Amino acid sequence: MELNSRIPAGPVDEKWSRHRFEMKLVNPANKRKHKVIVVGSGLAGAAASATMAELGYDVDCFCFQDSPRRAHSIAAQGGINAAKNYQADGDSVQRLFYDTVKGGDFRAREANVHRLAEISLNIIDQCVAQGVPFAREYGGNLANRSFGGAQVSRTFYARGQTGQQLLLGAYQALEKEVRSGKVRMHTRHEMLDLVLIDGRARGIVTRDLMNGAIESWAADAVVLATGGYSNVFFLSTNAKGCNVTAIWRAHRRGAGFANPCFTQIHPTCIPPSGDYQSKLTLMSESLRNDGRIWVPVKQGDTRPPKDIPEAERDYYLERHYPSFGNLAPRDIASRRAKEAVDEGRGVGPSGVGVYLDFRDSIGRLGRDVIAERYGNLFDMYANITGENPYEVPMRIYPAPHYTMGGLWVDYNLMSTVPGLHVAGEANFSDHGANRLGASALMQGLADGYFILPLTIGDYIARMKPDDVDTSHPAFADVEREVREQAERLLSINGSRTVNDFHRELGALMWEYCGMARSEEGLRTALRKIPELREQFWRDVRVPGGAATLNQSLEHAGRVADFLEFAELMCYDALDRDESCGGHFRVEHETAEGEARRDDERFAHASVWEFTGVGNTPKKHREELTFESVQLAQRSYK
Amino acid sequence: MKLKLHVWRQNGPGNEGRFEDYVAENVSEHMSFLEMLDVVNEQLIARGDEPIAFDHDCREGICGSCGFMINGEPHGPLPSTTVCQLHMRNYRDGDELWIEPWRATAFPVIRDLIVDRSPLDRIVQAGGYISVRTGSAPEANNIAVPKANADLAMDAAECIACGACVAACPNASAMLFTGAKVTHLGALPQGQPERYTRVVEMVTMHDDEGFGHCTNHGACQTACPKNIKVDYIGRLNADLRKAKFRHPAG
Amino acid sequence: MRRVFSLWDSTVGKKIMMATTGVILIGFVVGHMIGNLKVYQGADAFNHYAEGLRTVGEPFFGSGQLLWIIRIVLLAAVGIHILAAVQLVMRSRKARAIGYRKYEGDMVFSYASRTMTWGGLIILGFVVYHLMHLTFGNAHPDFVHGNAYHNFVTGFQSWPVSIAYILTMIPLGFHLYHGFWSMLQTFGATNPKMNHVRRPIAAALAGVVVLGNISFPVAVLAGLVGY
Repeated sequence: MELNSRIPAGPVDEKWSRHRFEMKLVNPANKRKHKVIVVGSGLAGAAASATMAELGYDVDCFCFQDSPRRAHSIAAQGGINAAKNYQADGDSVQRLFYDTVKGGDFRAREANVHRLAEISLNIIDQCVAQGVPFAREYGGNLANRSFGGAQVSRTFYARGQTGQQLLLGAYQALEKEVRSGKVRMHTRHEMLDLVLIDGRARGIVTRDLMNGAIESWAADAVVLATGGYSNVFFLSTNAKGCNVTAIWRAHRRGAGFANPCFTQIHPTCIPPSGDYQSKLTLMSESLRNDGRIWVPVKQGDTRPPKDIPEAERDYYLERHYPSFGNLAPRDIASRRAKEAVDEGRGVGPSGVGVYLDFRDSIGRLGRDVIAERYGNLFDMYANITGENPYEVPMRIYPAPHYTMGGLWVDYNLMSTVPGLHVAGEANFSDHGANRLGASALMQGLADGYFILPLTIGDYIARMKPDDVDTSHPAFADVEREVREQAERLLSINGSRTVNDFHRELGALMWEYCGMARSEEGLRTALRKIPELREQFWRDVRVPGGAATLNQSLEHAGRVADFLEFAELMCYDALDRDESCGGHFRVEHETAEGEARRDDERFAHASVWEFTGVGNTPKKHREELTFESVQLAQRSYK
Repeated sequence: MKLKLHVWRQNGPGNEGRFEDYVAENVSEHMSFLEMLDVVNEQLIARGDEPIAFDHDCREGICGSCGFMINGEPHGPLPSTTVCQLHMRNYRDGDELWIEPWRATAFPVIRDLIVDRSPLDRIVQAGGYISVRTGSAPEANNIAVPKANADLAMDAAECIACGACVAACPNASAMLFTGAKVTHLGALPQGQPERYTRVVEMVTMHDDEGFGHCTNHGACQTACPKNIKVDYIGRLNADLRKAKFRHPAG
Repeated sequence: MRRVFSLWDSTVGKKIMMATTGVILIGFVVGHMIGNLKVYQGADAFNHYAEGLRTVGEPFFGSGQLLWIIRIVLLAAVGIHILAAVQLVMRSRKARAIGYRKYEGDMVFSYASRTMTWGGLIILGFVVYHLMHLTFGNAHPDFVHGNAYHNFVTGFQSWPVSIAYILTMIPLGFHLYHGFWSMLQTFGATNPKMNHVRRPIAAALAGVVVLGNISFPVAVLAGLVGY
């Protein structure tokens, strides 16, 4: 596996414009003869499909949901960053670039991040023109807020539904192209494998979820925009359908997987309430502006919170981080909550949770002000938990939320498999070891609207024309494998449900590869995962048939891939013998309990090559060089 | 608590359906409605039956995947709540629940509680967008949008296309869905150039898909989990009238 | 005119036609009620008014000409209103071919909104009878051509006729109430500042028409109007 990042020469702020000039173009009359497959219809996938169709390419877009508008981008709440500097508070492309590299704990590629910061400006223009109803000031100009601890107000938002509105903008642009016939939209189709011909990605094999039909699709290039893999933990804030299958299958076919252990745990989620729990709900981070986080000083203190006197409360974030207090970054706030729970000081019926208390701010500002600021969040919390957060402190606990790792891509967003491009959360992207709030939407749209449509053109322009179609024997081979896997899953007829296995895998990953990881724990996980996988293939029960809508079979295929992927994640976490961003190895903390990076040994992206199920994967490195940004230790004291 | 369920089971689009009776035992009040069905499904699989198929994804009320009728009400009894956000504390021990898919000729049943809502996508394809070539947009703050218009657009744009309005309407009309999109885009300066062709195309598609007409009952507004208002149907009506008389195309 | 016909292409357009013809019919119902109030001024005034309906528009129009034009317009309005309603109802039936086992939709509709179809049919039946009773006289036991006052009083002195008449005013009221509100909605009169008065105005309109109309048989039976 050769890692050529193809970073253009020149100063960091000229690389993208220089690259745009250097890329080859496809003759406009020829574009319609070139087919592109896009898998996924979230921000990245919908934006890429719509834009490539506009440019004239012939696009097939696939999603497993019943409509492209349901992709999980829709659930993003907070906002989208852009260096517009409308508030004239000192923001600039340079500052957004710097904040993102630093926020990622210096594990991202400088050239990509700078391009992202530049494109952030175009994204806002594009979305406003599409009719995205961003919040406005009374003068009619766009409003901004500061988000995720940024010191400038650069976040654009549409109430608490920014992801929804941005996705609907991209979805509408996509549907327009569907009407014009330039995009063929395949809903309820799940990609189950990638097809390579002469070493290039030339198509995919899908299952039609309505009737189980296995079908082949050929193209000149394939784009995977299939999101992240937080559901390896079973409980996460991701939608139930989010899965690793598309990128895992591509990995098995030769695409390098970069930094799989870089996962983000969001600190403010509603804790699980029982073993039937199916997902976790995120509560906006903004709650930490007025809520105080605490746990009892004493272990096993089961008194109701109002009976615990002030002296017996530990406001641990305020104690550890006097200047940032309750607004400490996501990874730090999450880890400290886990620490308190591990010490036996957790709250709530399960003991897994910490208090987020609004008593003092209600006392200071009045109930009305708090209701005005957070009313809908309080209502949501009350609806889910049955508790009134105006009277009783909220209980929160961290939950897996986003995955920075993904398929390795070069500057053109192409993986190590020629022709296979990867966009959005599915690639290993621009966020390094930790993603800043309101940056995921920015990256998805930058990839989809502004980068891929150009870089794919460069790839296609350099291709020699041929007439590969689905009659090529490679498609039949892959189709056969896909059918065999389905038949195998259906024939086991064991004693445990798919959900049961998924839940067990999730618990195991959360325990050993969650918020804090140790060599010992990771070695345990690496022993247990193959055992669980073996049990799965021996004892899973998948009811129903292959030629019909079968949700258990869909889930089984996804869990089968998670069971292979989980192992890679643990290998990477074990190999990365440092703490950085969302990856915390207990062996590497400072005296104050903070993450300690090891830039000498680990200033690189770890890119893994598949060597067979159960075999140790092979590691490659992309060294990261920092020319524009000074490496520094993060401090939030 | 223990609940008696009557659930619509149907193997495929062409098949006959029927109600099957199940008992959900040990239901915790903290479960969501879908988690309660998850537990029932686990038991069904364990005893060798096929689980109840229902659409769901985000389970936080925003993707619009989930939704079915519970005792004749779309998304169940709670206002402004999707079924994934409906919790079992809203029910009492011994309750009897009739669970049915959305019923509309335009939404054929695919399996059990899953229906085909692709007509809603096609209504958007007909004109529910603003045409703007990627990269050709002017500087975002060049066009000021009065806050009231931006707020109206946002209110209407909150629709999640779950189909509850169609399910609730005695005429199985999708006018609330269509009116919401017409209102969202029509409230913004960016949406003006295509405003009147949009409404004609979208209404034509709405009718071609076999939805019924609006008789101003307001059942859709009551059922909507996102508080979309029937006033938006009024705006659509006004736009269609203007499209015919004041701004006729061609 | 092509534009008007093109309204027939869509459900919304048909509703606009229903609303437009509805406005004409509301105008008629209100005018009819107000005109009939002349009955309280005695036989001469009332007969004069009835005769005036024929001679209105003179000398530009000949006797009865304008009245016939109005009748034709009204007939056309009724025809279009009914045709659109029938087509839309058929469509609505098809839009949900398979119904629900349990359906609580009815709970949220107003009584007025869900009785539009039945109400409309009752009103249609009543109008036919009413024309035969007091305009053409073939359903009137003691009809005297040219003496509207006489026909009015003797007609309502029959208890069954008066009771049927009064009872029919109830669906008419509901039909006017929901129809008027629907008309505002169909014309897109959704100015947020006026929204809260739309339903009260509809209720007031329906109330005035119903009460005015009911007063006629009541007054006859109570002896307030007579000889």
